[in-house]
Amino acid sequence: MSDPATQDGRKFTTESKLEKLFARGEFVVTSEIGPQKGASADSIIHHTAESKTYCDGFNITDNQSAVVRLSSIAGAVHILRHGGNPIMQMTCRDRNRIAIQSDLLGAYSLGIRDVLCLSGDHQSFGNHPSAKNVFDIDSIQLIALVKMMRDEKRMLSGEEMKDEPRFYIGAVESPFGDPLELRVMRLAKKVRAGAQFIQTQAIFDVEQFAHWMSLVRSAGLDQRVNIMAGVIPVKSLRALKYMKENVAGISVPDELIERMAKAENQQEEGKAIAVELIGKLRNIAGVKGIHIMPVSWEAVLPEIVTRAGLHARPVID
Amino acid sequence: MSTFEPRIIAFCCYYCAYSAADLAGSMRLQYPASIRMIELPCSGKIEHNMLLTAFEEGADGVYVAGCMEGDCHYLKGNIRARKRVEYVKKLLDELGIGGDRLEMFNLSSAMGPRFAEIANEMTERIRALGPSPLNKAHSQTEKDGEDA
Amino acid sequence: MIVAEQKPLTEIAENIKDAQKVLVVGCGGCVTVCLSGGQKEVDILATSLRILRKKDGTPIDTATETLERQCDKEYVDKLAEKVQAADCVVSLACGVGVQYLAERYPDKVIIPAQNTKFIGGTTEHGIWEERCALCGECILAQTGGICPIIRCSKSILNGPCGGSQGGKCEVNPDTPCAWTLIYGQLKRQGREAALGEIFPVKDWSKARDGGPRKYVREDVLL
Repeated sequence: MSDPATQDGRKFTTESKLEKLFARGEFVVTSEIGPQKGASADSIIHHTAESKTYCDGFNITDNQSAVVRLSSIAGAVHILRHGGNPIMQMTCRDRNRIAIQSDLLGAYSLGIRDVLCLSGDHQSFGNHPSAKNVFDIDSIQLIALVKMMRDEKRMLSGEEMKDEPRFYIGAVESPFGDPLELRVMRLAKKVRAGAQFIQTQAIFDVEQFAHWMSLVRSAGLDQRVNIMAGVIPVKSLRALKYMKENVAGISVPDELIERMAKAENQQEEGKAIAVELIGKLRNIAGVKGIHIMPVSWEAVLPEIVTRAGLHARPVID
Repeated sequence: MSTFEPRIIAFCCYYCAYSAADLAGSMRLQYPASIRMIELPCSGKIEHNMLLTAFEEGADGVYVAGCMEGDCHYLKGNIRARKRVEYVKKLLDELGIGGDRLEMFNLSSAMGPRFAEIANEMTERIRALGPSPLNKAHSQTEKDGEDA
Repeated sequence: MIVAEQKPLTEIAENIKDAQKVLVVGCGGCVTVCLSGGQKEVDILATSLRILRKKDGTPIDTATETLERQCDKEYVDKLAEKVQAADCVVSLACGVGVQYLAERYPDKVIIPAQNTKFIGGTTEHGIWEERCALCGECILAQTGGICPIIRCSKSILNGPCGGSQGGKCEVNPDTPCAWTLIYGQLKRQGREAALGEIFPVKDWSKARDGGPRKYVREDVLL
């Protein structure tokens, strides 16, 4: 294995485009694609073509909400083939440490350079609630494992390997989860485990997020990890209410609900809200990027990115 | 069906229903002869298996009569009795006997007329439901025996 | 204790449909305490089965017995005569008791009447909750006496996950988030800083994943 790529005399841990962008001080924009519930990559290919110039990377989800879909590794390869930059999500729900390591090796061999480590939604929320879950290791242990494979060229068992996977390591955090003190402590733990970028749960309550960021800054974490604020463009009042009431870790202020209720055109209002949120979030100290999750509304990404003034995406030579 | 005289077992608390029955008697109130009373020191003495056994041994209907809620001589006996009755009702549904054949009533020792009313009400209910499936099966076998 | 819940009557009845003489055996251990397989439940089940079969016109005879424990050979031995006289045996013990009967009386069909659910305790009269995952390597010293393996829906060792809200687990709003409890407990004891350390991956070979387990005490072998 050659030495990690270098640029501007700076040493990089990986060949990841995201790592280089963050290093250059760019404000990074990522988005998300959920694969189909079928043996076709048509929608992935379509969304990649439609939006690849509007963001720096696409998360490709790993059976999100525990619903069986085309695998995140396969999805990531489709994105790659069509000129996009995939961020492969990997959860601990469906694989033990053997499968996880094997999939990491396989994914890297296919050209995937970014991985996002998560616990995974509990299977009771999905379309196979009677499934057995795995959770052999948890998300923080997964982060540490990816780092161990990369930096120590060793498997979890300690066994050495020759061609190590060199992933740029991402993780998620829920700024509004409970208890708050533990959340910041847990973020620190993820950073210590090896997380290099963080995508947060969707934010609607900017004030509360700003408070969380102040805690993050006082812990010095914004200097050690690239934090990307999560945004979900919402199509309707119903969707907004659903998130407020049913999704753990999402806090929607009442003003936003009222504003949406009064809107003549809820879709347009939803876009406007997303654009405004991005504007406010990017100005919070320590926020290094935006992660836009257009859940089953992928087509809206170009417009939102453009209106937020983030369209001209930087190019890496 | 109109000739069907159900066999009904009434588990009666000594402090209320049993005394109410006495009162009904001295008031010369009529209540059906189908009711067989069993005295309990408290309705809370009732056990799941006693209720089931009553059905197994030929009852078409069973009820437990305890004191008004809040007036149990042993504080919570009647509340416990009600819970057990509810449980056995479900079991009887599962067994195909029917939970409707079992009921819990609350009354006080001064309620002689209410005692008679409950006895009538339960008799009417069971009459409408017909014999317990166990008794049907039983009378069927007897009849077969006679025919042979 | 081991907590078990009785199977639906129809399932038990289906499994004994060819029998005329049925022995119903309870256990005086855990399942008596959790009110699902002691003497009382034995009587209720026996009566229920008799009623069911009488109703169907195929009456059965039942015999009953409740052993001190079904997971001890000495007690199981005492059943020999009654087992001999029965066509089949219905056990109200946990899965261990059922297997002990099956091992001791290999010629008889032994039917489980319970679904063995978990190791737990009573939180209030009539409510039992799971507390131990039998993982084989206890970590309660580090987690404030609260087990994340069994009480966290994802068995996370570095929790809580994003699904914890208002101190509850998103999988079931009745379930407290184990990691919120752990944090609260460690904070009370001034030990919460320990949660900053990454909890290492668990050795599951000590749990059931390593195959059926055995425990030997050389000093008490006869």
